Amino acid sequence: MSEFTYLYRGRQPLGSPEENQKHTEKWMAWFKDLGAKGHIRNPGYPLEGGGKVVAGKDKMVKDGPYAEVKDVVGGFTIIEANDLAHAAELAKSCPILDVGGSVEVRPIQIMNM
Amino acid sequence: MQPSDHLFRRESGRMVAALTRIFGIHNLALAEDVVQDAFCRAMEVWPFRGVPENPSAWLMATAKNCALDMLRRDRTARTFAPEVSRLLRSEWTLAPAIEELFGPNEIKDDLLRMMFSCCHPRLSEESQVGLILHILCGFSVHEIANAFVSGHAAIEKRITRAKKVLAGSKKLFDIAAPADFSTRLPAVHQALYLLFNEGYHGASPEAAVRADLCREAMRLAALLLEHPLGAIPATYALSALMCLNAARLPARVDASGNLNALIDQDRALWDRELVGEGLRFLDLSATGSELTEFHLEAAIAAVHATAHTTEATNWEKIVSLYDTLMTIRPSPIVALNRAVAVAQREGPERGLAEIREIENPDRLASYPFYFAALGELEFQLGRHETAREHFQAAAALARNPMERRFLDQRATASIPVKRNREHADPATGPARTSPSSAPPDPGCSSRR
Repeated sequence: MSEFTYLYRGRQPLGSPEENQKHTEKWMAWFKDLGAKGHIRNPGYPLEGGGKVVAGKDKMVKDGPYAEVKDVVGGFTIIEANDLAHAAELAKSCPILDVGGSVEVRPIQIMNM
Repeated sequence: MQPSDHLFRRESGRMVAALTRIFGIHNLALAEDVVQDAFCRAMEVWPFRGVPENPSAWLMATAKNCALDMLRRDRTARTFAPEVSRLLRSEWTLAPAIEELFGPNEIKDDLLRMMFSCCHPRLSEESQVGLILHILCGFSVHEIANAFVSGHAAIEKRITRAKKVLAGSKKLFDIAAPADFSTRLPAVHQALYLLFNEGYHGASPEAAVRADLCREAMRLAALLLEHPLGAIPATYALSALMCLNAARLPARVDASGNLNALIDQDRALWDRELVGEGLRFLDLSATGSELTEFHLEAAIAAVHATAHTTEATNWEKIVSLYDTLMTIRPSPIVALNRAVAVAQREGPERGLAEIREIENPDRLASYPFYFAALGELEFQLGRHETAREHFQAAAALARNPMERRFLDQRATASIPVKRNREHADPATGPARTSPSSAPPDPGCSSRR
């Protein structure tokens, strides 16, 4: 088993209370299913929309990231899977895909020292 | 753990009502924005952290915090509710005031205040019902349009205009003034009655949607009963008629969305708990001297609910209740329902005679169950061809596909199927060979 990070991009547009609840339930069901199959190492965290970006040698601090909604990372999770292909396969049922978002799947480097 | 069904929808009403009380009715849109913020938080956090132990309290606390942020940020730029704006101005009083305004008893009053405010005399009854559904029950414009099988644009226009009237009304309705409370209460009753009827008889082909509307009306009526000024006999009677009619819902429409006439319903499917609740409310409504149409409709529903079979129904009592209803709120539809009950007791010929005597029958010319009733009675007299014509006329007037299917089936079944044909093609024969003698479940339709 190896570890991977899911970076969630994009967000569900707000709807009626009923639609919002349905969407939240879909996410929770997805998480629960992944967890029940032993794939969640750490559920991770949702991230706030805004923040700061510190960049360059002159340590410029800017507000941001001001990317398009679909490109902003909204949260992350650490998961366990057999290999990268398996991790990508598991991400296919993530509800964020239904609303035009994406899941970036990145292997975590394990260093044996 | 899963959040309970419709949690967000219900909490939406509570949060908007509480926030509007603080922000002032003119800031209704702002209150709705803050509620959206709270839902946004839940949608972001719950998937990662699971549903909080008390999801409803979590949402309310989140709305409270969003409101505090907003008040701190905007307190110089905006004016808020006049009764509380003084408390919101200083940091010393802001947090404790908000804490108190979000107490559970305060929120119950907030809901009532909003309910009464929605029944503004400048709004039509349809607009009042729309506003209640939108603001207090958390239905989106789209969901209301769906439930009413109405155009999205028309409902949007109605809600937008109604909200403008509401936001322009300067302040929320004052539920602490007993005289004003009692004056507005009948309008509130009427709106809840219409909401319930929309669920019971309305156009939505989805049984779940219709049951939802009935449930919302019952929930709001229960809220009225919790207030000392709201718990009057008429409110108990309204609650009784809702419970007693809602008890029949499980038998009224079958799994494939077909309407069942009252006398054909499987009474084992009636919700006994709701019947009990309804009878208890009916008892509680029997105080004081005021006899409302709600009392009579509840009493009629109670006779049906307590009869084990159609034959065992006390039709004499039903006819006499309709007689009284005719004296306090006469209408051709009440008269029609009365005639149908007379037919049950004294036969189809008498029923037809009663129908012929209805005053202002032209008001029934567009009512499908007028022709359906004629069809049923003609059928019982063996005049099958006439019966079929009436059913066809009724089907042409049907207000939704479910009614149309029901009446079409009656039209087809009016002409008894010949034996030999039935043997030749058993698959196509109608399941029933005779229509029944009552319109489908009159419910509380006497004023529609």
